[in-house]
Amino acid sequence: MSILVVAEHDGKQIKAATLHAVTAATKLNAAVTLLLCGAGSGAVAESAAKIAGVAEVLVAEVADLDNGMAESMAPLLAHLAKGYSHIVVTATAFGKNILPRASALLDVQQISEVIEIKSADSFVRPIYAGNALATVKSNDKIKLLSIRMTAFEPAAVSGGSAAVKKLAAGDLGAVAQKLSQFKGASLSKSERPELTSAKIVVSGGRGMQNGENFKLLDALADKLGAAVGASRAAVDAGFVPNEYQVGQTGKVVAPELYVAVGISGAIQHLAGMKDSKVIVAINKDVDAPIFQVADYGLVADLFTAIPALTAAIKK
Amino acid sequence: MKILVAVKRVVDFNVKIRVNADHTAVDLANVKMSMNPFDEIGVEEALRLKEAGIATEVVAVSMGPANAAETIRTALAMGADRGILVETTTELQPLAVAKLMAKLVDKEKPDLVILGKQAIDDDCNQTGQVLAGLLGWAQGTFASKLEFAADKKTLTVTREVDGGLETLALAMPAIITTDLRLNEPRYASLPNIMKAKSKPLDKQTPESLGVDVTPRLITIRIDEPPPRAAGVKVADVAELVHKLRDEAKVI
Repeated sequence: MSILVVAEHDGKQIKAATLHAVTAATKLNAAVTLLLCGAGSGAVAESAAKIAGVAEVLVAEVADLDNGMAESMAPLLAHLAKGYSHIVVTATAFGKNILPRASALLDVQQISEVIEIKSADSFVRPIYAGNALATVKSNDKIKLLSIRMTAFEPAAVSGGSAAVKKLAAGDLGAVAQKLSQFKGASLSKSERPELTSAKIVVSGGRGMQNGENFKLLDALADKLGAAVGASRAAVDAGFVPNEYQVGQTGKVVAPELYVAVGISGAIQHLAGMKDSKVIVAINKDVDAPIFQVADYGLVADLFTAIPALTAAIKK
Repeated sequence: MKILVAVKRVVDFNVKIRVNADHTAVDLANVKMSMNPFDEIGVEEALRLKEAGIATEVVAVSMGPANAAETIRTALAMGADRGILVETTTELQPLAVAKLMAKLVDKEKPDLVILGKQAIDDDCNQTGQVLAGLLGWAQGTFASKLEFAADKKTLTVTREVDGGLETLALAMPAIITTDLRLNEPRYASLPNIMKAKSKPLDKQTPESLGVDVTPRLITIRIDEPPPRAAGVKVADVAELVHKLRDEAKVI
């Protein structure tokens, strides 16, 4: 048995999401290989080799693999697959985009959003927005797993000493393609921590009334060193962009502290945050379902409570 | 341009589901069913492309037991031209669905296939990508905006990614999966619901399409997640800060 983990990086460092996938992979009790693709792979290989639990780092630094295009990544994974018993990605936008396409080329049924590894072929995954947990067994020759990052701790970024191997262009399979072309990205720049790895998350719902009012949450988040999220209702109403969305169809978070402000607590939102350690709900509707999952509930008008809370917290 | 749009019949998003007594499945008896919300967005986008004069025909496809036809009727009532139901009582996993879709693509020869990014029952987020892989077509997943070149040979797609937005140019034919902000789906009007009843609905089966749909994943058991312990209400902001600082020790 041996495991291939597909890494995400920005050419400068490995993304935190990948560290969680490494931990999931080590639970399979076999050698873990980390695959780095595209521009800057060589530059991050050295730090990748130090991640605890990684035995080997493969570097595929060719232009065809820049930007993680599924049309190139899938044939690469299918080509490399024969050497491995499992291929693991984190269920991020990147992982969700590439792995199913590789599963088509391998004729394998992927297992999405794994939260527990029972054995080499049995896994637990949430269904129905986490309202049920399915234990499934795969009989495919190779297992393709996307893992839910909040279910596995991040691997330590030091302590490992993996061998780094550069893959030659001839070792990559049919990665050249003309189907799709990367045109650009507009990524939000923020001084705040990333939503999925923040220790504290402050989220707003439809109760915020408009996008402008999210500034109240920004001020609180800055005091707490928190990330800002939103419910699907707030995204749907156009208050904030979709990358804020916490829930079944957005991001799944599990911070130390989750503060839900003006969020009623729809099933699909709870799916994205109910594994948080401490949940605070601030809502003027005493019957809001969010109070059923909150450790601390404050029935209050958010427009007075949030400024008061911000003022009460020492930086 | 012909568009195939996939629609799945799922438990309505407002329903709190229950696991059955022997822990083998989610109880679907007497539960309200609806079209998967991301598929509604897919139907809407296809209809808008038709209304804009870019598409000429919209074909709605569903798979599963006979009552999945209801979901196709909903798509027809929204404005789709005709439907195809692939009828089976076998549990269909994403790889099997994509294989059946690929066969329908061979028959129908669409230029674009639109699917929801994820179904809200199994939460897999796979079928569109698998179909793109099987067909060797370009894929634009988690789309929030589509723009066709004048010659309709390229499609520029804006995608929702973790840190913001990404733009890709796809060669046609292509696969699109929808994200939340692509559009706001319309409601079917009563006259259109009546009209939908007489629109053509073709039936196929996995056998007629020559696809082995045997599930690859065996469900061993289904459990309910452990419930969270009940919390407390605090009187005011001062008490909340006190609790967070001295009891929970998280700030």
